[in-house]
Parts: sequence; C-alpha cells; structure tokens
Amino acid sequence: MLRINCPFCGERDHSEFTYGGDATVTYPALDAPTEAWFEAVYVRSNPKGPHRERWQHSDGCRLWLIVERDTVTHAITRVEPSRAVLSELIK
Amino acid sequence: MTRYSALALLKHAVTGQPWSRAWRDPAPKERYQVIIVGGGGHGLATAYYLAKEFGIRDVAVLEKGYIGSGNAGRNTTIVRSNYMLPGATEFYDFSLRLWNTLSHELNFNVMFSPRGQILLLHSPDALDSAARRGNIMRRHGIAARLLDRAAMQELVPHLDYSPGARFPIWGGLMQPTAGTARHDAVVWGYARAASELGVDIIQNCEVTGFVREGGRIAGVETSRGRIMAAKTGIAVAGHTSRLGEMAGLCLPIESHLLQAFVSEPLKPLLDYVIGFGGHGHFYISQSDKGGMVFGGDLDMYNSYAQRGNLPVVRDVAALAVSLMPCLGRVRLLRHWAGVMDMTMDGSHIISKTPVDGLYLNGGWCYGGFKATPASGWCFAHLMARDQPDPLSVPFSLDRFARGATIDEAGSGPTPRLH
Repeated sequence: MLRINCPFCGERDHSEFTYGGDATVTYPALDAPTEAWFEAVYVRSNPKGPHRERWQHSDGCRLWLIVERDTVTHAITRVEPSRAVLSELIK
Repeated sequence: MTRYSALALLKHAVTGQPWSRAWRDPAPKERYQVIIVGGGGHGLATAYYLAKEFGIRDVAVLEKGYIGSGNAGRNTTIVRSNYMLPGATEFYDFSLRLWNTLSHELNFNVMFSPRGQILLLHSPDALDSAARRGNIMRRHGIAARLLDRAAMQELVPHLDYSPGARFPIWGGLMQPTAGTARHDAVVWGYARAASELGVDIIQNCEVTGFVREGGRIAGVETSRGRIMAAKTGIAVAGHTSRLGEMAGLCLPIESHLLQAFVSEPLKPLLDYVIGFGGHGHFYISQSDKGGMVFGGDLDMYNSYAQRGNLPVVRDVAALAVSLMPCLGRVRLLRHWAGVMDMTMDGSHIISKTPVDGLYLNGGWCYGGFKATPASGWCFAHLMARDQPDPLSVPFSLDRFARGATIDEAGSGPTPRLH
C-alpha cells in the first residue's frame, strides 16, 4: 500500500485517493494550434524514476494534490496542494 | 537441429542420445540487416516471419534477460478476438487464424487450446449490447454465440446463480474459437524456429543507446558492445517509452502495473475462459496443470516496479469469490505484476517512427499475448518492405495527431482506463 501524507487530513492509504496522471502536463490556450493540443492530450514523458503526479483525496477532503513519487521504488518524497493559494493557507 | 516428432522421441528414448539445444547461443556479429530489440513473443515472432515470409535472415534479436523472462511469461495466456471496432476486429482475427496452425508451423507444441471464452452478462442491457457485439463479430466471420442463463448454468455450473448473487447471471457472449496457449512454449517455439532459419538470438544483451549516422539510427549500443544494422525495430513491452527516449521520441504511452494470480492446482473445474466486465474487471481460466489463472484491473498509477499493490489483490479476490463462491478457500500459489505500456487509446502501435531506420512495435496495453503471431507478421512486413501490412495501417503512430484513435473501451485519452 502506498501511504500519501495529505496536507489536510494526514497520512492515509492510497486507496482513499484517485490517481490523476502526470502533473507536469499543462494545457495550451483554447485557440492554440492543434500540434500544441496533441502534445498536451496525448504525449507523456512517462519517466522511470521521480514522477510529479496528481492525486485527488476523493474519500477524504476531495482536494487535488501534487505528489512526487518514484515509479520504480514507489517512494513518495513530497506532497503538496495543487493550488498554490492553499499551500499558503496551511503554512 | 532435431525436428520434433513421435519418431524422434522414440529414437532418443531408445538410443539415449541427448537432445540438441533448442536455439543457438551465438556471440553478436558487428553488423546485421535487421536488429529487433526485445526477445519476447513479439520480437521473436517478428524475427521468425522476417526470415520465413520476407526472406530476411540476417537478423539479431537482442534480449536484456533470458528468453521468457519478461512479459511473455507474465500474462494470463488468453487468446481471443472478440473486438468490435474496424481495424481491431480484422487484426485479432488474423492473429487467431495464425494461432490455429502455430504448433505445426513452429514444430513446437504451444498447447493452443481453443476451449471457448465467455464474457459474462449481468443485466438485460448487457445482453442487448453483447448481441450487437456478437453480430459485428459474426459479420467479420468470427464465431460468436449469445448464451442465455440456462445455457450458462449448463456450461459453467460453478458461477453464483443463487437468488442473492452479487452479480446475477443473465447470460454470456461466447467466442467458441478463443482459448489459451502456453506462453513459455510460444517464445521457445518462435526462438527455436527463428534460430533454425538463421536468426541470432542474443540473450543478456541490454540496449543502452542508439548509434546515429546523419540523423538516422544505424545501430545500437549494448551491454555486449556496439551492433550496427540497416534497420532497428523496438518490441520491448513496458519499456517502450525508455527506448523511445533514447531515440529522442516522446510517445503517447504510460507504463502501468497489471497483476496476475495463480492458485494451487485443482481438479477440472472450469472448462472455459471467463471474462467479467461489469462493475470491475476480472478474468479467469484453468491451466492444464489445474491452477486457476486470473487477474483484474491495473494498479492505476504509473509504475515500472513489476510489483503490485494490495488494493487490487483485495478487489480481484472479492470478484473471484463473488462470481465463483467455491473459490473461497482455494489457496493462492503465486502472484506477480508486469509492466504494461498503456497507450492513449488502448490500442497498439506498429509503425515507422519520425526517426529514419527506427521502427516501433509497442503499446500492447494488456492485450499483447493473443496478438503475438499477427504482431510479428505485421511488424516483419513493415520492416522488410517499408510499407505496413493492410492490417496494421490503422495502428500507425501518427493516428493520435490525426485524431484517428482506436478506442475500443471508449474511455478517452486516459491510459489506465483502457
């Protein structure tokens, strides 16, 4: 079991969370060229090692988190709220 | 190399003469016409068909471990072709036709057992939807039979038919020509047959980079030195993105874990391969040794760990006993995980790449085993003629950019949901 230390609820089993994929993906402007949208929607670096990814604490506070996890060892090195404004609030 | 036959068996039994090794163990040459990276089922099948059907025998298959050590030995051995979308239907049907004669073709018993596969249906809506799928299959010449509850009770008596069943059985959709094959025998058979045609199978040879000459790929750097080739093909299952990265390609693939399970051997209990696609995902069959072989969903997060996690074990166990309560006290013998390269539409890629001299076979999600013969055939066709076989035209790498995805599950660009 992975244990994710939710900044709002504390450390919980990963089965309380929903995986949201690669957090380094950013979406282009709506009128950006198709090529930019293709990159954002389909192309992934899929690293073997440290990975920045989104998880939602769906059975808890329901907030989206950014988790840094190693895709080989599964070790979680960092968990933070996905919205910077929330990071400020919990300081 | 000794041809396997009843007569050869008798001769060796009487004379006590030892059997020759199944495939040669050559040192890598400096240069080949074609290099295939990855000695799994797909890579070996590609090499075999290159030599057999397309006349290219100067081929090396590079395997980082030993033959059978990767996903070729980690799947649940199911072979079926009950697909629905144009492209997928024809491709998997071709594969099934190759499976039918594979043991004779390779002179190696792959123990293909077309015992029939049944998709369980748990509601009237599922029955309607399956009737549509079955009709589409039949229209493509693939056998399909819609079963009602009474037929299911006769064919698969150990499912939960009680009034309080968690998943009431309304019927099933059967593909009578589907079944299982022995996965180790498939790689051994292809390796032996390819080796006999002159293909060099190089084990313990990990590719660490590509050699470039004027922008094109001209060979590979390996743990056993540099090997040059006019054409290089990738067929590496879960690590496709890593090989792509070495060539400067960023691919529409994520690597995910899929777990599988086998129980202690039981007496004959289940005559068919059973699939469950209701609220959850589960499939089960009984091996020739008696073990119940089953699996479920992905672990749902990117991973290269080859090590599964407990929530999926719990979900799979819950589905197993919900569908077949008699399994409740059966003990698990082994449990493992493999790394799947999940594409953005759930379909595979057999394609040229933007890099000259480099060809890609990957993104098999968790449907790779049944595709082995057709995958090898189509990839060999592409590498030999620089033109895709008509069956693999829809599976080109550029389909994502063109919006021509083949999304059988209809779940969109989220790899883990396919």
